[in-house]
Amino acid sequence: MSSTSVLGGVVRRREDPALIQGRGRYTDDVKLAGTAHVAFVRSPYAHAQVSSVDTSAAAAMEGVLAVYTAADTDHLGPLIAQVPVGALRPLLNSGTVKHVGEAVAMVVAEDPYVAKDAADAVDVDYEPLPAVVDLKQSLSDEVPVHEGASNTLISWVGPFGADEAALAELQEGIEAAKQRDDAVVVSQEMINQRLIPVPIEPRSVMADYQAGYDRFDIYSSTQIPSALAGAIGKYFGMSMNQVTVKAMEVGGGFGCKLNVYNDEVLVAFASRQLGCPVKWTETRREAANSTIQGRGWVATATVTGTEDGEILGFELEGIADMGAYSQNFTVAIPFLGLFVGSGQYSFPTYWKMDCVTTHTMTTDAYRGAGRPEAAYYLERIVDMYARRIGMDPAEVRRKNYISADDFPGAVSPMGFPMDTGDYATNLDAALETAGWSDLLAERDAARAEGRYVGVGLATYVEVCGFGPSGLVDLGFSWAEYQMPSAFNGSSLVRVHPDGSATVSIGTGPSGQGHQTTWAQIVGDGLGLDVERIRVIHGDTEEAPPSIGTFGSRSAAVDGAACYEATGKVRAKAARIAAHLLEASEEDIEFADGAAQVVGTDSSVSWGEIAACAYQPHRLPEGLEGGLEAHAIFSPGNATWPFGTHIAVVEVDPDTGDVDLLRYIGMDDCGNVISPMIVDGQIHGGIAQGIGQAMFEDAVYGADGNLLSGSLVDYILPTAADLPSFELDRTVTPSDINPLGVKGIGEAGTIGSAHTVVNAVVDALEPLGVTHIDMPLRPRRVWQAIQDARA
Amino acid sequence: MYPRQFDYVAPSSLEEALAALDANPGAKVLAGGMSLLPMMKMRLLSPEMVVDIGRIGGLGDITDNGDSISIGALVTHTEVSASGLVQEHGAALATAASWTGDRQVRNRGTCCGSMVHADVAADQPVAALALGATMVAASSGGTREIAAADFFVDTMMSALEPNEILTEVRIPKAGPGTASAYDKLGRRGGHTDYAVAGVAASVTRSNGSISAATVAVTGVGNRPVLAAGVADALVGSDGSDAAVEAAAAHATDGIDVLEDLYGSVGYKTHLAQVFAARAVKAALSAAG
Ligand SMILES: Cc1cc2nc3c(=O)[nH]c(=O)nc-3n(C[C@H](O)[C@H](O)[C@H](O)COP(=O)(O)OP(=O)(O)OC[C@H]3O[C@@H](n4cnc5c(N)ncnc54)[C@H](O)[C@@H]3O)c2cc1C
Repeated sequence: MSSTSVLGGVVRRREDPALIQGRGRYTDDVKLAGTAHVAFVRSPYAHAQVSSVDTSAAAAMEGVLAVYTAADTDHLGPLIAQVPVGALRPLLNSGTVKHVGEAVAMVVAEDPYVAKDAADAVDVDYEPLPAVVDLKQSLSDEVPVHEGASNTLISWVGPFGADEAALAELQEGIEAAKQRDDAVVVSQEMINQRLIPVPIEPRSVMADYQAGYDRFDIYSSTQIPSALAGAIGKYFGMSMNQVTVKAMEVGGGFGCKLNVYNDEVLVAFASRQLGCPVKWTETRREAANSTIQGRGWVATATVTGTEDGEILGFELEGIADMGAYSQNFTVAIPFLGLFVGSGQYSFPTYWKMDCVTTHTMTTDAYRGAGRPEAAYYLERIVDMYARRIGMDPAEVRRKNYISADDFPGAVSPMGFPMDTGDYATNLDAALETAGWSDLLAERDAARAEGRYVGVGLATYVEVCGFGPSGLVDLGFSWAEYQMPSAFNGSSLVRVHPDGSATVSIGTGPSGQGHQTTWAQIVGDGLGLDVERIRVIHGDTEEAPPSIGTFGSRSAAVDGAACYEATGKVRAKAARIAAHLLEASEEDIEFADGAAQVVGTDSSVSWGEIAACAYQPHRLPEGLEGGLEAHAIFSPGNATWPFGTHIAVVEVDPDTGDVDLLRYIGMDDCGNVISPMIVDGQIHGGIAQGIGQAMFEDAVYGADGNLLSGSLVDYILPTAADLPSFELDRTVTPSDINPLGVKGIGEAGTIGSAHTVVNAVVDALEPLGVTHIDMPLRPRRVWQAIQDARA
Repeated sequence: MYPRQFDYVAPSSLEEALAALDANPGAKVLAGGMSLLPMMKMRLLSPEMVVDIGRIGGLGDITDNGDSISIGALVTHTEVSASGLVQEHGAALATAASWTGDRQVRNRGTCCGSMVHADVAADQPVAALALGATMVAASSGGTREIAAADFFVDTMMSALEPNEILTEVRIPKAGPGTASAYDKLGRRGGHTDYAVAGVAASVTRSNGSISAATVAVTGVGNRPVLAAGVADALVGSDGSDAAVEAAAAHATDGIDVLEDLYGSVGYKTHLAQVFAARAVKAALSAAG
């Protein structure tokens, strides 16, 4: 592997033994005496007027403590959102419900079985109203989702920051290119279907209001513990230090736990009202309609280019599904797509996405969040163009890349400054690893035998590690959650008197391996074994406030803070060690749990240094006691990872069944802290991209009912469905953080769906198939073959 | 996923279990629980009592009866697929069991449970149909035998009475020149998950032509069902690829093909034909 590790190579994930032995502690494992349980009464209609809610039978049932309706909770206001464009979600709704699964009433009972029985006994009368699910229909405003308001919430137009004159000029330029004699114009409408995030631990929340102390302990499977603490404080008029949020093992999030949810606020409300701990854990079926969903775009991509592979312009115009209400980031997700609208290419790009409401569950961040969608359209249409002009798809891409020579200082055609990039080197490495020309020859040989083998390639650039702190100027703000708005990272490193260390950090991991990664950064910086380092995250009482884990940001932002805090501790420890060893500070180096004078065997252990630090009278003059440091890292930009993926498939033309034979990933996330964790993130990311390409589909009926709402019909990829991925990497360090790292949590997903679709279309090229919408279930593939033959 | 309240009994004899069913008309038998428990948790089904037959002795064997083999009520999918007896005399069933669900499901779920559950897209019921199996049902009044062809009555409905327990699936031994096979497209692609469409076929070859055939289709209609049109066209033919393909064209004759998330009527009809041809060819090649 051509990888380098800034911090010393493969380290096994420290968190795994507990997780794989079933000894991890999840929110639902928390047991407090006297806990009451919640069940929600949810709308079975996508759009209906609630004419009455009769809670009397439920309230009278044995074991039922309370039944709440909107009348009890409306005074708290709607659910807060970071980007509050459009209607916000009522905590409970007994007016006009806007999607199947919307919470109408909340039952609190002594056990979850009684709670569910009582929820079934709440009698709600609905008068159904026409629902709008189709995006084009929504855009027409024929059926308003919210009475009196347009369904279109916002239109994102790129390049970012271009004024009307600049946009007109850009469009005229592309129009003129279309008129050229050698112009080739390829255009395709494509659907990037809605997906349901399915973490292994469903969302779960428990609120313990302690009336005697007027404070809350909240346990939640959340990616954003500090924001949840701020939100709960805000709803109940409490300050930040009266609310402690603990996110223990979170069991996967993929962005769906990057929201403060109405149920979290409601469970806290019930705990305050009833004076007992209150818990709610969603069921899978419930989750499908009450946890945010992802994707849901329909758009037309157009490439205009020459016959020899020079792309003169790319246009994307489409509609993105916001669902019924805006939650944390909802309308901002397509904006994240706009960031990478022109990918790693230099050609002029015009981009417009209308964000519309529908009578469905809210959409928000789901692994990749806008970027997989944007990359999908771009990489599919570039591939179609390459096919049309009969050019190697790798060559077409190479020809249109932003050159490595443009870095540093490259600005994407969408108007965003990028950190570092070397796309051609990465592409070449991928082609070589895969044995590109051999693959094509094998495909051709298979074709000659009448088999339908295809090779697909796609490249991507992604933007993550948010920061820049100045993002708040673009309208993103955590202020709603009583948080500092800046997109920075925060970390506190403390050495204990015995020489062990603890790093407290504001991240909210849900499986990313932070127990290992932060220990590696601190251990490397202090010369301490990782086993001597405790990592505390997801606990607002212990950790400095931070905005949590999402958007592949933790290593590049909080990790950088961790690195800087470690550096401060080391600097102070070096002074103490120099004092104890009667040496010069510059000659001190740290390794093997001790400070050593370079080139001598004179050393002092971390335990001795720390013991001294906590006895100020032994310290050199002018040095304060204690051995800890806090750092806040404010990144100047986001990071821009990139990569190339290649897939090989075979299609059974009689059934449409797709067999994924090989999958090769060549990713570049800058420096690598922990190769095994990076590979694991890419593995999971690719699996999710393949999930979208081949299996997953949130299918709504015209009446707004989710038809694939259980795991029987919502097909997730499993290890058994996937080939063993072949991964390697190039390393182009970032220059915006001291570690040189870029995010890797989402890259696999951003690179993969189109790679698979490109491969399947390649396999079916002899039959004349040019496009198939995802998921490439056998029925779709077979139908595409029939249509092409007809 | 919280079921309604129910009573639970785990009798140690068949008689006690049957008595419990008689005494509680709202009771349901629990075998592997792979289908019953999800339905209860989703409150699609809320029996007043669950009669767990898992502790009853003598129901967990695959036995050789001389001219037939019996699969007891507690025999799991894994055991069916691994059984030499089943592989020899009912290859279609062994294959269907090996492609049922995932490993966990195969280790818990039972062949008999799969029959009684009678899912529209289940694998093993069509194998039982093609193999001409007999279902042996016990009640406190005695036992009765039901031909597989009469067993699958409607969507998720078998001919079993609420007070009966299916104690065995009995498969006649395959005579000379007889072999069976199963093939399907699973919902996850390949052979994985419930059948989008699947076909089991049993054929007997004698003197160069097909002297007997039974073919059954799953996943396309409202229940696992015999495809008599295919069998009729096969019998008397030479079993050539052309003859098989012509016969397979009748795969959904008389079947009301239903659309679902996994296929349109046209696609399912087509798949039934594809897998009828594949299953018949595989059976013929095994029959020698
Ligand atoms: C994840 C998953 C995947 C699956 N995939 C597939 C698949 O690919 N193909 C497929 O065909 N099936 C599949 N199944 C279904 C499963 O194989 C069978 O439905 C299940 O094994 C039935 O057997 P059981 O022993 O678990 O029955 P149970 O769940 O215990 O019972 C099912 C029904 O049969 C009744 N019953 C069971 N045994 C008896 C008996 N002896 N006498 C009378 N009544 C009885 C019960 O009362 C109940 O109504 C899957 C199930 C799961 C959970």
